Amino acid sequence: MSNLSTTDRKIDPDILISFQGVNKWFDHFQALKDINLSVKQGERVVVCGPSGSGKSTMIRCVNQLENHQQGTIHVCGREVYSNMKQLEQVRREVGMVFQSFNLFPHMSILQNVTLAPMRNGKISSAEASEIAMHYLERVQIADQADKFPSQLSGGQQQRVAIARALAMKPRVMLFDEPTSALDPEMINEVLDVMGELASDGMTMMVVTHEMGFARKVADRVVFMDEGRIEENCSKEDFFTGGRGERAEAFLSKILQH
Amino acid sequence: MTKPPLKTRRKLTIVDYICFGLVGAIIAYAIYRVSDVLVYNWNWSRVFNFVLYYDEESSSYVPNLLLLGIATTLRLAFWATIVAATIGLIMGYMRTSKNLAMRMISRCYVELVRNIPPVVFIFIFYFFLSGQLMPVIGLDDLDKNGTFVSSGIFYILFGDPKLFSNFVAGALCLALFEGAYITEIVRAGIQSIQKGQWEAARAVGLSRLNVLRDIIFPQAIRKILPPLAGQFITLIKDSAIVSLISIQELTFLATEVASTTTKVFETWIIVGAMYFILCYSFAATFSHLEKRALRARR
Repeated sequence: MSNLSTTDRKIDPDILISFQGVNKWFDHFQALKDINLSVKQGERVVVCGPSGSGKSTMIRCVNQLENHQQGTIHVCGREVYSNMKQLEQVRREVGMVFQSFNLFPHMSILQNVTLAPMRNGKISSAEASEIAMHYLERVQIADQADKFPSQLSGGQQQRVAIARALAMKPRVMLFDEPTSALDPEMINEVLDVMGELASDGMTMMVVTHEMGFARKVADRVVFMDEGRIEENCSKEDFFTGGRGERAEAFLSKILQH
Repeated sequence: MTKPPLKTRRKLTIVDYICFGLVGAIIAYAIYRVSDVLVYNWNWSRVFNFVLYYDEESSSYVPNLLLLGIATTLRLAFWATIVAATIGLIMGYMRTSKNLAMRMISRCYVELVRNIPPVVFIFIFYFFLSGQLMPVIGLDDLDKNGTFVSSGIFYILFGDPKLFSNFVAGALCLALFEGAYITEIVRAGIQSIQKGQWEAARAVGLSRLNVLRDIIFPQAIRKILPPLAGQFITLIKDSAIVSLISIQELTFLATEVASTTTKVFETWIIVGAMYFILCYSFAATFSHLEKRALRARR
Protein backbone atom coordinates (compact mmCIF):
# COMPACT_ATOMS: atom_id res chain seq x y z
CA MET A 1 0.00 0.00 0.00
CA SER A 2 3.04 2.26 0.02
CA ASN A 3 2.28 3.65 -3.39
CA LEU A 4 -0.95 5.25 -2.21
CA SER A 5 -0.91 8.95 -1.54
CA THR A 6 -1.68 9.68 2.07
CA THR A 7 -2.92 13.23 1.56
CA ASP A 8 -6.64 13.50 1.10
CA ARG A 9 -7.58 15.23 -2.09
CA LYS A 10 -10.31 17.81 -1.94
CA ILE A 11 -13.27 16.06 -3.43
CA ASP A 12 -16.86 16.99 -3.92
CA PRO A 13 -18.51 16.61 -0.49
CA ASP A 14 -21.59 15.23 -2.20
CA ILE A 15 -19.65 12.19 -3.37
CA LEU A 16 -19.68 9.62 -0.57
CA ILE A 17 -17.79 6.81 -2.29
CA SER A 18 -15.25 7.22 -5.02
CA PHE A 19 -12.97 4.67 -6.67
CA GLN A 20 -10.07 5.95 -8.74
CA GLY A 21 -8.08 3.52 -10.84
CA VAL A 22 -8.49 0.68 -8.36
CA ASN A 23 -6.79 -2.64 -9.08
CA LYS A 24 -6.83 -5.72 -6.91
CA TRP A 25 -5.22 -9.10 -7.20
CA PHE A 26 -5.81 -12.38 -5.37
CA ASP A 27 -2.34 -13.88 -5.79
CA HIS A 28 -1.98 -13.82 -9.57
CA PHE A 29 -5.64 -13.47 -10.37
CA GLN A 30 -6.69 -9.90 -11.02
CA ALA A 31 -10.11 -9.46 -9.44
CA LEU A 32 -10.59 -5.75 -10.09
CA LYS A 33 -9.31 -3.95 -13.17
CA ASP A 34 -9.09 -0.17 -13.25
CA ILE A 35 -12.27 0.55 -11.32
CA ASN A 36 -13.52 4.15 -11.49
CA LEU A 37 -16.83 4.81 -9.83
CA SER A 38 -18.47 7.39 -7.61
CA VAL A 39 -21.62 7.26 -5.55
CA LYS A 40 -23.29 10.54 -4.61
CA GLN A 41 -25.20 11.34 -1.46
CA GLY A 42 -28.68 9.84 -1.68
CA GLU A 43 -27.91 7.77 -4.74
CA ARG A 44 -28.95 4.11 -5.03
CA VAL A 45 -26.54 2.09 -7.10
CA VAL A 46 -27.23 -1.53 -7.98
CA VAL A 47 -24.22 -3.61 -8.98
CA CYS A 48 -24.86 -6.73 -11.03
CA GLY A 49 -22.93 -9.13 -13.16
CA PRO A 50 -22.11 -12.83 -13.49
CA SER A 51 -20.55 -14.63 -10.53
CA GLY A 52 -16.82 -14.10 -10.28
CA SER A 53 -17.08 -10.72 -11.99
CA GLY A 54 -15.69 -8.90 -8.95
CA LYS A 55 -18.82 -7.16 -7.71
CA SER A 56 -18.57 -8.47 -4.14
CA THR A 57 -14.85 -7.75 -4.11
CA MET A 58 -15.52 -4.20 -5.20
CA ILE A 59 -18.14 -3.51 -2.56
CA ARG A 60 -15.93 -5.11 0.11
CA CYS A 61 -13.12 -2.74 -0.81
CA VAL A 62 -15.26 0.19 0.29
CA ASN A 63 -14.88 -0.72 3.97
CA GLN A 64 -11.63 -2.58 3.34
CA LEU A 65 -12.76 -6.08 4.18
CA GLU A 66 -10.59 -6.61 1.12
CA ASN A 67 -7.53 -4.44 0.59
CA HIS A 68 -6.87 -3.06 -2.86
CA GLN A 69 -3.32 -2.82 -4.11
CA GLN A 70 -3.48 0.07 -6.54
CA GLY A 71 -5.56 3.19 -6.87
CA THR A 72 -7.42 5.20 -4.26
CA ILE A 73 -10.78 4.82 -2.57
CA HIS A 74 -12.38 7.72 -0.74
CA VAL A 75 -15.33 7.20 1.60
CA CYS A 76 -17.09 10.22 3.07
CA GLY A 77 -14.13 12.41 2.22
CA ARG A 78 -11.54 10.14 3.82
CA GLU A 79 -9.13 7.98 1.99
CA VAL A 80 -9.31 4.39 3.17
CA TYR A 81 -6.08 2.58 3.79
CA SER A 82 -4.81 0.25 6.42
CA ASN A 83 -4.35 2.81 9.16
CA MET A 84 -6.57 1.05 11.70
CA LYS A 85 -7.85 4.14 13.49
CA GLN A 86 -8.90 5.87 10.29
CA LEU A 87 -10.36 2.66 8.93
CA GLU A 88 -12.48 2.17 12.05
CA GLN A 89 -13.82 5.70 11.53
CA VAL A 90 -14.71 4.92 7.93
CA ARG A 91 -16.37 1.65 8.91
CA ARG A 92 -18.60 3.45 11.40
CA GLU A 93 -19.97 5.61 8.59
CA VAL A 94 -20.55 2.63 6.32
CA GLY A 95 -23.11 -0.03 7.21
CA MET A 96 -22.77 -3.44 5.64
CA VAL A 97 -25.20 -6.30 5.16
CA PHE A 98 -23.83 -9.69 4.18
CA GLN A 99 -25.17 -12.56 2.15
CA SER A 100 -24.98 -14.94 5.12
CA PHE A 101 -26.30 -12.41 7.72
CA ASN A 102 -23.32 -12.95 10.05
CA LEU A 103 -25.26 -12.16 13.19
CA PHE A 104 -23.35 -12.84 16.40
CA PRO A 105 -24.82 -16.19 17.50
CA HIS A 106 -23.86 -15.84 21.17
CA MET A 107 -25.80 -12.60 21.61
CA SER A 108 -29.50 -11.85 21.69
CA ILE A 109 -31.04 -9.84 18.87
CA LEU A 110 -31.00 -6.73 21.03
CA GLN A 111 -27.35 -7.26 22.00
CA ASN A 112 -26.44 -7.75 18.36
CA VAL A 113 -27.77 -4.30 17.60
CA THR A 114 -26.59 -2.47 20.72
CA LEU A 115 -23.01 -3.75 20.67
CA ALA A 116 -21.50 -1.38 18.12
CA PRO A 117 -23.18 1.83 19.37
CA MET A 118 -22.12 0.98 22.93
CA ARG A 119 -18.53 0.16 22.08
CA ASN A 120 -17.95 2.83 19.46
CA GLY A 121 -20.12 5.66 20.69
CA LYS A 122 -19.36 5.02 24.34
CA ILE A 123 -23.02 5.45 25.22
CA SER A 124 -24.91 3.81 28.07
CA SER A 125 -26.67 0.53 27.52
CA ALA A 126 -30.05 2.18 28.15
CA GLU A 127 -29.40 4.69 25.39
CA ALA A 128 -28.13 1.98 23.08
CA SER A 129 -31.22 -0.15 23.74
CA GLU A 130 -33.42 2.79 22.86
CA ILE A 131 -31.62 3.29 19.55
CA ALA A 132 -31.66 -0.45 18.89
CA MET A 133 -35.39 -0.80 19.56
CA HIS A 134 -36.04 2.12 17.23
CA TYR A 135 -34.29 0.38 14.36
CA LEU A 136 -35.69 -3.04 15.22
CA GLU A 137 -39.15 -1.52 15.01
CA ARG A 138 -38.22 -0.02 11.69
CA VAL A 139 -37.39 -3.45 10.29
CA GLN A 140 -40.49 -4.80 12.06
CA ILE A 141 -38.82 -7.28 14.31
CA ALA A 142 -38.88 -5.52 17.69
CA ASP A 143 -41.03 -8.32 19.15
CA GLN A 144 -38.13 -10.78 18.73
CA ALA A 145 -35.55 -8.63 20.55
CA ASP A 146 -34.88 -11.14 23.31
CA LYS A 147 -34.45 -14.16 21.06
CA PHE A 148 -31.20 -15.48 19.68
CA PRO A 149 -30.27 -15.46 16.00
CA SER A 150 -30.64 -19.24 15.65
CA GLN A 151 -34.31 -18.94 16.65
CA LEU A 152 -35.16 -16.65 13.74
CA SER A 153 -35.82 -17.37 10.08
CA GLY A 154 -33.37 -16.26 7.43
CA GLY A 155 -35.45 -13.28 6.42
CA GLN A 156 -35.81 -12.19 10.03
CA GLN A 157 -32.09 -12.58 10.61
CA GLN A 158 -31.29 -10.46 7.59
CA ARG A 159 -33.63 -7.73 8.81
CA VAL A 160 -31.85 -7.78 12.16
CA ALA A 161 -28.56 -7.48 10.29
CA ILE A 162 -29.92 -4.39 8.58
CA ALA A 163 -30.96 -2.92 11.92
CA ARG A 164 -27.53 -3.71 13.33
CA ALA A 165 -25.88 -1.76 10.51
CA LEU A 166 -28.35 1.14 10.83
CA ALA A 167 -27.79 1.47 14.56
CA MET A 168 -24.38 3.04 13.84
CA LYS A 169 -26.28 5.74 11.90
CA PRO A 170 -24.17 5.23 8.81
CA ARG A 171 -24.12 7.62 5.85
CA VAL A 172 -23.89 4.78 3.34
CA MET A 173 -25.28 1.25 3.34
CA LEU A 174 -23.58 -1.57 1.47
CA PHE A 175 -25.54 -4.71 0.62
CA ASP A 176 -23.58 -7.74 -0.56
CA GLU A 177 -26.14 -10.08 -2.15
CA PRO A 178 -28.53 -9.66 0.79
CA THR A 179 -31.18 -12.04 -0.55
CA SER A 180 -29.06 -14.77 -2.17
CA ALA A 181 -29.05 -17.04 0.88
CA LEU A 182 -32.77 -16.68 1.55
CA ASP A 183 -35.64 -19.03 0.82
CA PRO A 184 -37.81 -17.54 -1.93
CA GLU A 185 -40.72 -16.68 0.36
CA MET A 186 -38.48 -14.53 2.54
CA ILE A 187 -36.85 -12.46 -0.16
CA ASN A 188 -39.60 -9.88 -0.33
CA GLU A 189 -39.65 -9.02 3.37
CA VAL A 190 -35.97 -8.06 3.08
CA LEU A 191 -36.38 -6.21 -0.21
CA ASP A 192 -39.30 -4.28 1.27
CA VAL A 193 -37.16 -3.08 4.16
CA MET A 194 -34.45 -2.06 1.71
CA GLY A 195 -36.98 -0.23 -0.43
CA GLU A 196 -38.22 1.72 2.59
CA LEU A 197 -34.66 2.60 3.45
CA ALA A 198 -34.17 3.89 -0.06
CA SER A 199 -37.29 6.03 0.05
CA ASP A 200 -35.98 7.59 3.26
CA GLY A 201 -33.06 8.85 1.21
CA MET A 202 -30.31 6.45 2.37
CA THR A 203 -27.29 6.24 0.09
CA MET A 204 -27.03 2.62 -0.97
CA MET A 205 -24.74 0.37 -2.93
CA VAL A 206 -26.37 -2.99 -3.56
CA VAL A 207 -24.90 -6.10 -5.14
CA THR A 208 -27.87 -8.18 -6.21
CA HIS A 209 -29.43 -10.33 -8.89
CA GLU A 210 -32.91 -9.04 -8.07
CA MET A 211 -33.64 -7.09 -11.22
CA GLY A 212 -37.13 -6.26 -10.01
CA PHE A 213 -35.59 -4.48 -7.07
CA ALA A 214 -33.15 -2.67 -9.37
CA ARG A 215 -36.04 -1.51 -11.56
CA LYS A 216 -37.99 -0.22 -8.61
CA VAL A 217 -35.33 1.31 -6.42
CA ALA A 218 -32.08 1.97 -8.27
CA ASP A 219 -30.96 5.29 -9.68
CA ARG A 220 -28.06 3.77 -11.46
CA VAL A 221 -27.02 0.28 -12.52
CA VAL A 222 -23.40 -0.85 -12.69
CA PHE A 223 -22.72 -3.99 -14.69
CA MET A 224 -19.45 -5.82 -14.10
CA ASP A 225 -17.74 -8.58 -16.00
CA GLU A 226 -14.30 -10.13 -15.49
CA GLY A 227 -13.26 -7.52 -12.93
CA ARG A 228 -14.15 -4.54 -15.11
CA ILE A 229 -17.05 -2.11 -14.99
CA GLU A 230 -18.71 -2.71 -18.34
CA GLU A 231 -21.76 -0.52 -17.90
CA ASN A 232 -22.41 2.38 -15.57
CA CYS A 233 -25.64 4.02 -16.59
CA SER A 234 -29.00 5.24 -15.36
CA LYS A 235 -31.63 2.61 -14.64
CA GLU A 236 -33.71 3.82 -17.58
CA ASP A 237 -30.84 3.39 -20.02
CA PHE A 238 -29.95 0.00 -18.60
CA PHE A 239 -33.42 -1.49 -18.77
CA THR A 240 -34.57 0.09 -22.01
CA GLY A 241 -31.86 -1.05 -24.29
CA GLY A 242 -28.95 1.31 -23.82
CA ARG A 243 -26.75 -1.55 -22.70
CA GLY A 244 -23.89 -3.41 -24.27
CA GLU A 245 -23.65 -6.94 -25.56
CA ARG A 246 -22.38 -8.60 -22.40
CA ALA A 247 -25.01 -6.98 -20.23
CA GLU A 248 -27.59 -8.08 -22.76
CA ALA A 249 -26.39 -11.68 -22.56
CA PHE A 250 -26.34 -11.59 -18.76
CA LEU A 251 -29.83 -10.15 -18.48
CA SER A 252 -31.29 -12.62 -20.91
CA LYS A 253 -29.84 -15.42 -18.79
CA ILE A 254 -31.26 -14.29 -15.49
CA LEU A 255 -34.58 -12.98 -16.76
CA GLN A 256 -35.49 -16.02 -18.82
CA HIS A 257 -37.40 -17.98 -16.24
CA MET B 1 -49.25 -37.66 22.50
CA THR B 2 -47.61 -40.86 21.43
CA LYS B 3 -44.52 -41.91 23.28
CA PRO B 4 -41.36 -42.82 21.40
CA PRO B 5 -40.68 -46.56 21.48
CA LEU B 6 -38.45 -47.72 24.32
CA LYS B 7 -34.86 -48.34 23.37
CA THR B 8 -34.26 -52.04 22.90
CA ARG B 9 -31.68 -53.38 25.29
CA ARG B 10 -28.64 -54.55 23.37
CA LYS B 11 -27.99 -58.22 23.89
CA LEU B 12 -24.60 -59.80 24.30
CA THR B 13 -23.59 -61.97 21.39
CA ILE B 14 -21.22 -64.92 21.24
CA VAL B 15 -18.42 -62.62 20.09
CA ASP B 16 -18.85 -60.57 23.26
CA TYR B 17 -18.59 -63.65 25.45
CA ILE B 18 -15.43 -64.75 23.67
CA CYS B 19 -13.88 -61.31 24.21
CA PHE B 20 -14.78 -61.29 27.88
CA GLY B 21 -13.48 -64.82 28.20
CA LEU B 22 -10.12 -63.89 26.69
CA VAL B 23 -9.66 -60.87 28.93
CA GLY B 24 -10.67 -62.95 31.95
CA ALA B 25 -8.15 -65.64 31.02
CA ILE B 26 -5.33 -63.12 30.75
CA ILE B 27 -6.18 -61.66 34.17
CA ALA B 28 -6.41 -65.13 35.72
CA TYR B 29 -3.00 -66.04 34.27
CA ALA B 30 -1.48 -62.83 35.64
CA ILE B 31 -2.90 -63.57 39.08
CA TYR B 32 -1.59 -67.12 38.90
CA ARG B 33 1.91 -65.90 37.95
CA VAL B 34 1.97 -63.40 40.77
CA SER B 35 0.60 -65.63 43.48
CA ASP B 36 2.24 -68.97 42.63
CA VAL B 37 5.31 -68.42 40.53
CA LEU B 38 6.49 -65.09 41.86
CA VAL B 39 6.63 -65.80 45.55
CA TYR B 40 5.62 -62.46 46.96
CA ASN B 41 4.46 -61.52 50.36
CA TRP B 42 1.55 -59.16 49.94
CA ASN B 43 1.04 -56.63 52.67
CA TRP B 44 -1.56 -54.03 51.76
CA SER B 45 -2.22 -52.61 55.20
CA ARG B 46 1.37 -51.47 55.54
CA VAL B 47 0.97 -49.24 52.46
CA PHE B 48 -2.56 -48.21 53.35
CA ASN B 49 -1.10 -46.75 56.49
CA PHE B 50 0.62 -44.23 54.25
CA VAL B 51 -2.70 -43.13 52.87
CA LEU B 52 -4.47 -42.81 56.20
CA TYR B 53 -3.16 -43.83 59.58
CA TYR B 54 -4.80 -44.16 62.94
CA ASP B 55 -3.41 -41.66 65.36
CA GLU B 56 -3.52 -43.13 68.86
CA GLU B 57 -3.14 -39.77 70.61
CA SER B 58 -6.09 -38.00 68.99
CA SER B 59 -7.79 -41.35 68.34
CA SER B 60 -8.76 -40.41 64.78
CA TYR B 61 -7.64 -41.14 61.23
CA VAL B 62 -5.03 -38.69 59.90
CA PRO B 63 -3.99 -38.29 56.25
CA ASN B 64 -0.53 -39.60 55.62
CA LEU B 65 2.10 -39.06 52.89
CA LEU B 66 0.16 -40.38 49.90
CA LEU B 67 -2.96 -38.39 50.65
CA LEU B 68 -0.86 -35.28 51.27
CA GLY B 69 0.88 -36.03 47.99
CA ILE B 70 -2.36 -36.11 46.04
CA ALA B 71 -3.31 -32.78 47.62
CA THR B 72 -0.06 -31.32 46.33
CA THR B 73 -0.74 -32.84 42.92
CA LEU B 74 -4.13 -31.12 42.87
CA ARG B 75 -2.64 -27.79 43.92
CA LEU B 76 0.00 -28.13 41.22
CA ALA B 77 -2.61 -28.93 38.60
CA PHE B 78 -4.79 -26.03 39.70
CA TRP B 79 -2.11 -23.35 39.56
CA ALA B 80 -0.39 -24.77 36.51
CA THR B 81 -3.72 -24.78 34.66
CA ILE B 82 -4.36 -21.14 35.49
CA VAL B 83 -0.91 -20.06 34.34
CA ALA B 84 -0.97 -22.38 31.32
CA ALA B 85 -4.38 -21.09 30.26
CA THR B 86 -3.10 -17.52 30.43
CA ILE B 87 -0.03 -18.43 28.38
CA GLY B 88 -2.20 -20.42 25.98
CA LEU B 89 -4.69 -17.62 25.49
CA ILE B 90 -2.00 -15.07 24.64
CA MET B 91 0.16 -17.41 22.57
CA GLY B 92 -2.88 -18.89 20.85
CA TYR B 93 -3.98 -15.46 19.76
CA MET B 94 -0.44 -14.69 18.61
CA ARG B 95 -0.50 -17.85 16.50
CA THR B 96 -3.38 -16.39 14.51
CA SER B 97 -1.99 -12.85 14.39
CA LYS B 98 -1.21 -11.03 11.17
CA ASN B 99 2.08 -9.87 12.65
CA LEU B 100 4.93 -12.12 11.54
CA ALA B 101 7.08 -11.63 14.65
CA MET B 102 4.18 -12.58 16.94
CA ARG B 103 3.45 -15.66 14.86
CA MET B 104 7.10 -16.70 14.89
CA ILE B 105 7.51 -16.30 18.65
CA SER B 106 4.45 -18.37 19.46
CA ARG B 107 5.28 -20.97 16.82
CA CYS B 108 8.81 -21.37 18.21
CA TYR B 109 7.44 -21.83 21.71
CA VAL B 110 4.97 -24.49 20.63
CA GLU B 111 7.44 -26.41 18.48
CA LEU B 112 10.16 -26.24 21.12
CA VAL B 113 7.93 -27.73 23.77
CA ARG B 114 6.36 -30.33 21.54
CA ASN B 115 9.62 -31.65 20.18
CA ILE B 116 11.57 -32.04 23.41
CA PRO B 117 10.77 -34.90 25.81
CA PRO B 118 8.81 -33.47 28.74
CA VAL B 119 11.37 -34.70 31.24
CA VAL B 120 14.22 -32.91 29.46
CA PHE B 121 12.17 -29.75 29.19
CA ILE B 122 11.36 -29.89 32.90
CA PHE B 123 15.01 -30.38 33.82
CA ILE B 124 16.16 -27.45 31.70
CA PHE B 125 13.52 -25.14 33.01
CA TYR B 126 13.80 -26.21 36.58
CA PHE B 127 17.47 -25.40 36.79
CA PHE B 128 16.88 -22.07 35.10
CA LEU B 129 13.89 -21.25 37.28
CA SER B 130 15.26 -22.35 40.62
CA GLY B 131 18.77 -21.10 39.92
CA GLN B 132 18.04 -17.75 38.29
CA LEU B 133 14.42 -16.71 38.50
CA MET B 134 13.47 -17.60 42.06
CA PRO B 135 16.22 -15.51 43.73
CA VAL B 136 15.31 -12.61 41.46
CA ILE B 137 11.62 -12.56 42.42
CA GLY B 138 12.70 -13.11 45.99
CA LEU B 139 10.56 -16.17 46.64
CA ASP B 140 13.42 -17.77 48.55
CA ASP B 141 13.22 -15.18 51.32
CA LEU B 142 9.49 -15.57 51.83
CA ASP B 143 8.68 -14.62 55.41
CA LYS B 144 7.68 -17.97 56.89
CA ASN B 145 5.96 -16.33 59.84
CA GLY B 146 3.90 -13.66 58.06
CA THR B 147 0.22 -13.63 58.98
CA PHE B 148 -0.93 -14.74 55.55
CA VAL B 149 1.83 -17.27 55.03
CA SER B 150 1.16 -19.03 58.33
CA SER B 151 -2.61 -18.98 57.81
CA GLY B 152 -4.72 -21.95 56.83
CA ILE B 153 -5.75 -20.43 53.52
CA PHE B 154 -2.15 -20.26 52.38
CA TYR B 155 -1.73 -23.92 53.28
CA ILE B 156 -4.81 -24.92 51.29
CA LEU B 157 -3.67 -22.91 48.28
CA PHE B 158 0.06 -23.57 48.22
CA GLY B 159 0.82 -26.27 50.76
CA ASP B 160 3.70 -26.16 53.22
CA PRO B 161 5.31 -22.65 53.29
CA LYS B 162 8.73 -24.27 53.69
CA LEU B 163 8.36 -25.84 50.27
CA PHE B 164 6.79 -22.78 48.64
CA SER B 165 9.56 -21.85 46.20
CA ASN B 166 9.93 -25.51 45.28
CA PHE B 167 6.18 -25.68 44.65
CA VAL B 168 6.17 -22.52 42.51
CA ALA B 169 9.04 -23.82 40.40
CA GLY B 170 7.19 -27.09 39.79
CA ALA B 171 3.93 -25.35 38.93
CA LEU B 172 5.69 -22.96 36.54
CA CYS B 173 7.54 -25.76 34.77
CA LEU B 174 4.31 -27.67 34.28
CA ALA B 175 2.50 -24.52 33.16
CA LEU B 176 5.13 -23.66 30.55
CA PHE B 177 4.95 -27.19 29.29
CA GLU B 178 1.16 -27.51 29.14
CA GLY B 179 0.82 -23.94 27.89
CA ALA B 180 2.07 -25.08 24.51
CA TYR B 181 -0.74 -27.59 24.17
CA ILE B 182 -3.32 -25.07 25.32
CA THR B 183 -1.88 -22.64 22.76
CA GLU B 184 -2.77 -25.09 20.04
CA ILE B 185 -6.25 -25.62 21.47
CA VAL B 186 -6.85 -21.87 21.57
CA ARG B 187 -5.51 -21.44 18.05
CA ALA B 188 -7.87 -24.12 16.75
CA GLY B 189 -10.72 -22.47 18.64
CA ILE B 190 -10.04 -19.05 17.15
CA GLN B 191 -9.62 -20.46 13.68
CA SER B 192 -12.89 -22.36 13.95
CA ILE B 193 -14.81 -19.07 14.10
CA GLN B 194 -16.25 -18.29 10.70
CA LYS B 195 -14.66 -15.52 8.67
CA GLY B 196 -18.05 -13.81 8.52
CA GLN B 197 -17.96 -13.15 12.25
CA TRP B 198 -14.68 -11.23 11.96
CA GLU B 199 -16.02 -9.35 8.97
CA ALA B 200 -19.32 -8.40 10.57
CA ALA B 201 -17.53 -7.25 13.72
CA ARG B 202 -15.06 -5.17 11.72
CA ALA B 203 -17.75 -3.81 9.45
CA VAL B 204 -19.56 -2.15 12.35
CA GLY B 205 -16.31 -0.41 13.24
CA LEU B 206 -15.33 -2.32 16.39
CA SER B 207 -11.73 -1.85 17.45
CA ARG B 208 -9.37 -4.78 17.19
CA LEU B 209 -9.56 -5.43 20.93
CA ASN B 210 -13.36 -5.29 20.95
CA VAL B 211 -13.61 -7.69 18.03
CA LEU B 212 -11.64 -10.23 20.04
CA ARG B 213 -13.23 -9.56 23.41
CA ASP B 214 -16.87 -9.33 22.33
CA ILE B 215 -17.09 -11.56 19.29
CA ILE B 216 -14.24 -14.00 18.81
CA PHE B 217 -13.19 -15.10 22.31
CA PRO B 218 -16.70 -15.70 23.70
CA GLN B 219 -17.48 -17.98 20.79
CA ALA B 220 -14.07 -19.65 20.79
CA ILE B 221 -14.21 -20.35 24.55
CA ARG B 222 -17.40 -22.37 24.15
CA LYS B 223 -15.75 -24.52 21.56
CA ILE B 224 -12.51 -25.06 23.43
CA LEU B 225 -13.92 -25.82 26.88
CA PRO B 226 -14.21 -29.59 26.27
CA PRO B 227 -10.64 -30.03 24.96
CA LEU B 228 -9.44 -27.68 27.69
CA ALA B 229 -11.06 -29.89 30.32
CA GLY B 230 -9.32 -32.87 28.74
CA GLN B 231 -6.02 -31.02 28.89
CA PHE B 232 -6.57 -30.37 32.59
CA ILE B 233 -6.84 -34.11 33.18
CA THR B 234 -3.74 -34.69 31.08
CA LEU B 235 -1.99 -32.11 33.22
CA ILE B 236 -2.85 -34.02 36.39
CA LYS B 237 -1.22 -37.09 34.92
CA ASP B 238 1.74 -35.16 33.51
CA SER B 239 2.34 -33.61 36.91
CA ALA B 240 3.99 -36.91 37.88
CA ILE B 241 7.10 -35.85 35.97
CA VAL B 242 7.86 -33.00 38.34
CA SER B 243 8.63 -35.67 40.93
CA LEU B 244 11.99 -35.78 39.13
CA ILE B 245 12.78 -32.27 40.31
CA SER B 246 11.82 -33.20 43.88
CA ILE B 247 8.43 -31.55 43.99
CA GLN B 248 6.70 -33.46 46.78
CA GLU B 249 3.61 -34.57 44.92
CA LEU B 250 2.01 -37.99 44.77
CA THR B 251 4.56 -39.77 42.58
CA PHE B 252 7.55 -38.37 44.46
CA LEU B 253 6.13 -39.43 47.80
CA ALA B 254 5.15 -42.80 46.37
CA THR B 255 8.78 -43.50 45.50
CA GLU B 256 9.68 -42.76 49.10
CA VAL B 257 6.91 -44.94 50.45
CA ALA B 258 7.90 -47.77 48.12
CA SER B 259 11.51 -47.64 49.25
CA THR B 260 10.81 -47.39 52.98
CA THR B 261 8.19 -50.14 52.99
CA THR B 262 9.83 -52.20 50.19
CA LYS B 263 6.23 -52.94 49.16
CA VAL B 264 6.68 -51.81 45.57
CA PHE B 265 3.65 -53.52 44.00
CA GLU B 266 1.18 -52.42 46.62
CA THR B 267 2.42 -48.85 46.62
CA TRP B 268 2.20 -48.34 42.89
CA ILE B 269 -1.10 -50.14 42.53
CA ILE B 270 -2.59 -47.92 45.23
CA VAL B 271 -1.05 -44.80 43.71
CA GLY B 272 -2.32 -45.81 40.27
CA ALA B 273 -5.79 -46.28 41.73
CA MET B 274 -5.59 -42.85 43.36
CA TYR B 275 -4.67 -41.20 40.07
CA PHE B 276 -7.40 -43.14 38.30
CA ILE B 277 -10.12 -42.16 40.76
CA LEU B 278 -9.03 -38.52 40.60
CA CYS B 279 -8.81 -38.29 36.81
CA TYR B 280 -11.85 -40.41 36.09
CA SER B 281 -14.05 -38.43 38.45
CA PHE B 282 -12.94 -35.21 36.78
CA ALA B 283 -13.60 -36.70 33.35
CA ALA B 284 -17.06 -37.89 34.42
CA THR B 285 -17.89 -34.50 35.94
CA PHE B 286 -16.76 -32.64 32.83
CA SER B 287 -18.71 -34.85 30.46
CA HIS B 288 -21.77 -34.48 32.65
CA LEU B 289 -21.43 -30.69 32.58
CA GLU B 290 -20.88 -30.76 28.83
CA LYS B 291 -24.04 -32.76 28.27
CA ARG B 292 -26.00 -30.42 30.47
CA ALA B 293 -24.67 -27.36 28.65
CA LEU B 294 -25.59 -28.93 25.32
CA ARG B 295 -29.12 -29.62 26.50
CA ALA B 296 -29.47 -26.08 27.86
CA ARG B 297 -28.40 -24.58 24.56
CA ARG B 298 -30.89 -26.57 22.55
